[in-house]
Amino acid sequence: MAIDYNERIPNNVELSSNKTLQRALEQWQPSYLNWWNEMGPDNSTNYDVYLRTAVSVDANGWAHFDHVKMPEYRWGIFLTPGEADKKISFGDHKGDAVWNEVPGEYRSTLRRIIVTQGDTEPASVEQQRHLGLTAPSLYDLRNLFQVNVEEGRHLWAMVYLLHAHFGRDGREEGEALLERRSGDADNPRILTAFNEKTPDWLSFFMFTFITDRDGKYQLASLAESAFDPLARTCKFMLTEEAHHLFVGESGVARIIQRTCEVMNQLKTDDPAKLRAAGVIDLPTLQKYLNFHFSVTSDLYGAEISSNAATYYTTGLKGRFEETKIADDHKLDNSAYEVMDVAGDKILSRHVPALTALNERLRDDWVKDVQAGIDRWNRVPEKLGINFKFTLPHKGFHRKIGMFADVHVAPDGRLLSEAEWTHQHQNWLPSEEDRLYVHSLMGRCLEPGKYANWIAAPARGINNKPIDFEYVRFN
Amino acid sequence: MNAPPAQGELARQHLIDPEICIRCNTCQEMCPIDAITHDSRNYVIRFEVCNWCNACIGPCPTGAIDSLRNVRTEKPYTLEEQFAWDVLPEFSDLDKLAAGNAVTEVPSEVKRITEVATAGQGGPALAPRSAAHPYVNLYGPGNPVTATVSGNHRLTADDASSDIHHLVLDFGAIPFPVLEGQSIGIIPPGVDANGKPHLLRMYSVASPREGERPGYNNLALTVKRVDQDHEGKPARGVCSNYLCDLTKGDPVQVTGPYGATYLMPNHPGASIMMICTGTGSAPMRAMTERRRRRMSLNEGGELVLFFGARSPGELPYFGPLQKLPADFIDINFAFSRMPGEPKQYVQDLIRAKGDKVFQMLQDENCFIYVCGLKGMEAGVLEAFRDICRAHGADWETLRPELLGKARFHVETY
Repeated sequence: MAIDYNERIPNNVELSSNKTLQRALEQWQPSYLNWWNEMGPDNSTNYDVYLRTAVSVDANGWAHFDHVKMPEYRWGIFLTPGEADKKISFGDHKGDAVWNEVPGEYRSTLRRIIVTQGDTEPASVEQQRHLGLTAPSLYDLRNLFQVNVEEGRHLWAMVYLLHAHFGRDGREEGEALLERRSGDADNPRILTAFNEKTPDWLSFFMFTFITDRDGKYQLASLAESAFDPLARTCKFMLTEEAHHLFVGESGVARIIQRTCEVMNQLKTDDPAKLRAAGVIDLPTLQKYLNFHFSVTSDLYGAEISSNAATYYTTGLKGRFEETKIADDHKLDNSAYEVMDVAGDKILSRHVPALTALNERLRDDWVKDVQAGIDRWNRVPEKLGINFKFTLPHKGFHRKIGMFADVHVAPDGRLLSEAEWTHQHQNWLPSEEDRLYVHSLMGRCLEPGKYANWIAAPARGINNKPIDFEYVRFN
Repeated sequence: MNAPPAQGELARQHLIDPEICIRCNTCQEMCPIDAITHDSRNYVIRFEVCNWCNACIGPCPTGAIDSLRNVRTEKPYTLEEQFAWDVLPEFSDLDKLAAGNAVTEVPSEVKRITEVATAGQGGPALAPRSAAHPYVNLYGPGNPVTATVSGNHRLTADDASSDIHHLVLDFGAIPFPVLEGQSIGIIPPGVDANGKPHLLRMYSVASPREGERPGYNNLALTVKRVDQDHEGKPARGVCSNYLCDLTKGDPVQVTGPYGATYLMPNHPGASIMMICTGTGSAPMRAMTERRRRRMSLNEGGELVLFFGARSPGELPYFGPLQKLPADFIDINFAFSRMPGEPKQYVQDLIRAKGDKVFQMLQDENCFIYVCGLKGMEAGVLEAFRDICRAHGADWETLRPELLGKARFHVETY
């Protein structure tokens, strides 16, 4: 499907053949740009940023790097090409042809799913809008902006689905996506984690490593959907999401690297001395990890959920890598193990697999996060430092699900209210920790220079050197 | 891009740097031939499967995919070894030597042009199953080949508005193997307005694989003298004017060959539908000429050509094409500027032959090639869509099927 550069909205959905839809989106576009100018990266409209732009969905359309001004970024609509004779791979409709239109009975549910996913995209741009003012390097500033423009494109992807398949309701939802604001008391974003602040770069890296990974798993399960336009949209978005995960994982790894280097230079692991030397001590990094892991864990919802079961049986949302799983893809008779709080003990029990799909997706995500933590742990190991990052227990610091009403230590012990109050500052960033990290945030924007608290990356973007002028200020 | 097969005992092995890789699965997702796999630790590449198509390189968010080591051909790093790595192996003495399958970086200009030209295909391309193995990127801007002009004549009528030339280049003793559908790069001499050497320009080969003159190491190009830009404003094409003005004996700097998918099928019974305008006829001429020379073998399969130009005098190869027997090739000319006649475009002729075209779209043995101006592409796709609809089929469903079987190829500019 050709991408028409002359069209106002680059796309591979042959928008020009549907004039009503094209006009609807062309009307939405100025509202979007207004939102970007108001809520996008602070004071950045005139920068030339070395960005990767998706100009088509095939492999060649990817490596398209150039300096562009962000408001001129070619936000467009791209779907992974359709497969002939594609069949629904799970649920009650398994084996039927996939749907290219929304079935009436699932209309409101699908709309809700798409709006919820779509709402996270502008939300994260809003959360991160001030970070550019304290970037630790041009390289990192560029990566932040790349993440931001791609979140913007993901919003476009969801709004396209709303406009194309949900009529007037869809158009209204499209407007509402631009009206809610992250952290706004009166009109907040839909999900709690997307109303939290992203106050510093450590939080940003943790967010992209952990919370964008939730995005990956949500998108992957929607990429299995029986509603094919949603599936194909999400499949293409996943390819972009990979960059966000990279920014987070490598960002934290570089902070660990820098701290370990200074630990070796000063021959100390004393947080006070390390803070005096201007790096972030490893225990503080562990606390940030605990915080972001637990907050993001809540995004998967309750362990036992009849909604999740309905989404699955009706074919709206599959499991991670559904087609690669060897079972009946209906789950009427299978069980899944979930944790449960019984009195003063945490036990596990088997429940019908259909009701435990939230937990299953959370478990898949935990596995993926753990693999990233294992790679982080190689950094101190390589530098001869005896420190291992660990994931807290799934019940730690949870607000949703089985553990919402209890307190659990990172090692899985149930705690009394008093114990929690007494100890939680050892596990979650304290006000003092946050103030310290905040105090490190200053601008470091000379090409090739990196702030003292973070190591330079191993490789530049698109094989450019690490002192490349990734952002030009005008 | 496919590399030539390993020669001698050294080979270049494509690896993923486990220290940088974040295991995002994008490369495995992108690989069209399942050369990439993973375990719980590492993503790895099967040495014997990877054909250097580089589809994984651009999408990789980290650059980890862009790693190479020279190895003994009979002893590449096994999957088990790669799974166990925490870091890539150190460079060895082998890395100082040039490996037989060494691929120099495909010039960015070639990538850019190819990207634009194949956008109309609607998805990643594969070569037809019976295509011959292409050699690509043997010579880059750093080590171009000097070819010699052995012929240059005007193809269009004297009074035609376009000046299109048939240019024959001889490579002497230098190996320069090409297949029908491939392109070569030409580097015009001199420097641009910024004092930098000119970028290379790409031209489709217009002669079959064994040469314009069989047995001689030569090839032909179809070059249109560019004197205006896409909007019709006067603009002098640096390279096309250079080429059109060359005379016999002149040296030319050549790079390439390029293109590993826009290739013709070779199995007996394969049919080819060709749709082109102007110099987009170059690959069509190459394929037609290949089949013409093999006519006596009676290999079967049809040739259908839809060819558009303003008038007969503007149509390159008009004379020679007309001499081809009707049972060898079904030729359909569309002329858009014939005095006193309605304008006709290739899509009109495609529509007029709707039944035949639909039958060929359905025929597993038929391969379809489109080459010419971007403006033609939309009309052709629209005609396909209408024809499918009229026959109760859906072009949007059919196209991915065609792509998956390497039966639909587009190069427009």
